[in-house]
Amino acid sequence: MIAIIDYGVGNLFSLKSSFAAIGAETVVTGDPAVIQRADKLVLPGVGAFGDAAERLRRGGLDKLICEEAEGGKPLLGICLGMQLLFDYSLEYGRHDGLGLIPGSVRPIADYIPAGYKIPHIGWNALWFPAGKPASPLFRFIKEGDCVYFVHSFCGAECEDSVIAASEYGGLLTAAVARDNVYGVQFHPEKSGDVGLNILRAFCGS
Amino acid sequence: MITKRIIPCLDVKDGRVVKGVNFLGLADVSSPVKLAKFYSDCGADELVFYDITASAEGRALFTDILTEVASTIFIPLTVGGGISTVDDFDRVLKCGADKVSVNSGALRDPSLIPAAAKKYGDQCVVLSVDARRVDGQFRVFARGGREDTGLDAIEWIKSGAANGAGEIVLNSIDTDGVKSGFDLEMLQAVCDAVDVPVIASGGAGCIDHFKGLFHSLPRVDAGLAASIFHFGEVSIPDLKRELAEDGINIRR
Repeated sequence: MIAIIDYGVGNLFSLKSSFAAIGAETVVTGDPAVIQRADKLVLPGVGAFGDAAERLRRGGLDKLICEEAEGGKPLLGICLGMQLLFDYSLEYGRHDGLGLIPGSVRPIADYIPAGYKIPHIGWNALWFPAGKPASPLFRFIKEGDCVYFVHSFCGAECEDSVIAASEYGGLLTAAVARDNVYGVQFHPEKSGDVGLNILRAFCGS
Repeated sequence: MITKRIIPCLDVKDGRVVKGVNFLGLADVSSPVKLAKFYSDCGADELVFYDITASAEGRALFTDILTEVASTIFIPLTVGGGISTVDDFDRVLKCGADKVSVNSGALRDPSLIPAAAKKYGDQCVVLSVDARRVDGQFRVFARGGREDTGLDAIEWIKSGAANGAGEIVLNSIDTDGVKSGFDLEMLQAVCDAVDVPVIASGGAGCIDHFKGLFHSLPRVDAGLAASIFHFGEVSIPDLKRELAEDGINIRR
């Protein structure tokens, strides 16, 4: 059973539905006991980093998620949920994240030339870093497949963990992984069959 | 790079797709769920549902349908029609919509856009504008294109984007239904005025019109159409293949 962690940020309807579509059993929960019992964890999120990090801390979920991930439980952060995996974010001030993936979260504008529209929104292709084996998260998709992005900030200083990038005037972090911890900047639950195949790979991880 | 989006638009009344559709091999062509699945399988990059119901019963049916679509189709969904308040945003977002399109509701109450953007983020708010040429000006029309508001369309769109609309749908009444191509002149004026994504609507009759749109106006992000897709005059797989062969960046 997969626990989709509910900490009052964003709408989890599509995420729950997309797991159901691939036959995966999920529970949307903020209950520590349920999170501990789950086989895998998904950390979703949309909105502002500072507010989301504070909500996690308030419920003590930050420590719990770190303990579970450090104990080897597979964890997938999605969109803001991926950004929360990093050490800290510079979105409206400096805010600490979970520190599960070394790196930070910075404005996209720092990495692309002027003239590109922000947020980076729409379907864009995934490119895998040269010289690394493809991540198991992508074993059912191929390089160049498109996924759906909506973001104004991105993972930074995390080259060692990058498993996919998108090209938008410059290369932006699209996905990261470190052992059993995965993060995707895009929305697999809105990325058609490619997205479902990424979730399917996570379910089998 | 971000791909150009192809977006079919479905008008829904009392839970059924209206305007008619004409597909081979699709038994119930007025089921929004089946059509949405069909378009998603064809490679549509996003779907727009307009609720043209007037009654409360029809509205409830619409949200039921939307919930069903959102639990079956995993591409971005935009909902429009009858959106007048932030509560209306809440109602359709809870059913699985990703973006909400406002038109007459924002004209009646210009504070709707900033209020919704503050609550749900700019990326969630789409400003849809029906415009036509009047006295040498692009003029905003309300109530499905029936009422001249006297507003200058470019100024209205600029203020909408400045207030938090994350995307603009420009429907040219002058070219709508004529099938002689998108209104490139009006679209150019909008692209020059705002930095947010612009979706072209009104006038597409064939594949060449989409090629012309994306080649002439590289800042246009998407092409939206209804009847040419519904009646099979343009098939989305053919359209996307031809656009890609023509050097347009398209999701395949």
